[in-house]
Amino acid sequence: MALGVAEFEYLRRFVREHSAIVIEGGKEAMAELRLGPVATQEGLPSAQHLLLRLREEAFHGLHRKVLDAMTNNETSFFRDLTPFEVLRNEILPEVIARRASSRRLSIWSAACSTGQEAYSLAITLREHFPQTRDWSISIQGTDISTTVLEYAQRGRYTQLEVNRGLPVRLLAKYFLAHGMDWQIKDDIRKLVEFSPLNLSKAWTTLPLFDIVLLRNLLIYFEPETRQHVLRSMQKVLHPEGYLLLGGPESVSHLGPEFETVITKNVTYYRLCREQLPAVNCARTIPGPPGESDSCNTNRARC
Amino acid sequence: MKALVADDSNLIRHFLRKLLEPEGIEVTEAVDGMEALQTLQTGGPLDLALLDWKMPGMDGYDLLQIIRADHKFDDMQVMMVTTETDMALVNQAMDSGANEYIMKPFSKDVVLEKLRLLHLDQPHPKRSE
Repeated sequence: MALGVAEFEYLRRFVREHSAIVIEGGKEAMAELRLGPVATQEGLPSAQHLLLRLREEAFHGLHRKVLDAMTNNETSFFRDLTPFEVLRNEILPEVIARRASSRRLSIWSAACSTGQEAYSLAITLREHFPQTRDWSISIQGTDISTTVLEYAQRGRYTQLEVNRGLPVRLLAKYFLAHGMDWQIKDDIRKLVEFSPLNLSKAWTTLPLFDIVLLRNLLIYFEPETRQHVLRSMQKVLHPEGYLLLGGPESVSHLGPEFETVITKNVTYYRLCREQLPAVNCARTIPGPPGESDSCNTNRARC
Repeated sequence: MKALVADDSNLIRHFLRKLLEPEGIEVTEAVDGMEALQTLQTGGPLDLALLDWKMPGMDGYDLLQIIRADHKFDDMQVMMVTTETDMALVNQAMDSGANEYIMKPFSKDVVLEKLRLLHLDQPHPKRSE
């Protein structure tokens, strides 16, 4: 039995309210396919029964499971490859040169899902920038789903997952076989931290980032949510930092705050110098004296 | 672009052909290492060889060593497609000149992403001249 109109509308509203993600009309079959396993897990005969229970009960673990099921967690190591080539060849060399005196580097994998993107960044640093080995490196992975974050934190991936996008040379170097699975080595894992964050709500206590990857998420948001995310992004992106979005995404229609740089078919964004906002001085990781990311320095440059 | 698929499994050869041809890759099949070697020696130049490790007669690893000892095949990339997941064997293959390695079981996405890693989704600089 397919989801009825009222049931599907309730599901769309529920997902939008709690994650800001918009499920397009006509996706009833997809929704039912994703909810089926959750219903079975809960001992319920169908997705319809699951939705009925959601409506009757206050928000708890079951609601979280449904949100997880309805969120697209597609990811892979070095996804799309070219953005990582641009990071390796253009963005990271520049950022690392700029950070040579402070020896600090901060990168954010927003909507990190099961962590492959964050670990790919860590592997890139270890593999191609050995001069940063004794730097203070922080790679933050955030996601709305605590289920995927637990998976990411564990750093253990199936053979199918490591097959996807990860050169076998890097698999051999940075992973240990663990039965049929592959465990990322501690040397990489210690560079990455994962924490929950709902991008559509207020962003709390994030540091300034040199590089932010926010790939393939904005397309699921309504314009108002996209604007909220990009306004918030201005406050946590270092004035000379970089923002990478997914291939089909663009911020060009959302105002002049970001300038666009296109290289090798990869589009990335930087804050426009003339329009830099007041930098969030309440960040939790203060820079050392004289460090170029201090609030006063930023504002003076603007 | 041309590729050789050497695997004693009909299923795997068929799967790889169905996957590579829509990518514009012309596929030649071989059922074991010896047939693959004959194809390599008598046919025209190839861009890619996908070799199963365990095949009757000459296995994929022996064939890899023969390929890498012959400069005629320097421009050809070799991808091992195998159930062997022992890291010692993976390293052995890579040290012997394999360019990539796919562990079975695999999916369509895995193969396409490996092709991208080898830049085989782009025209070969020599062949496109």
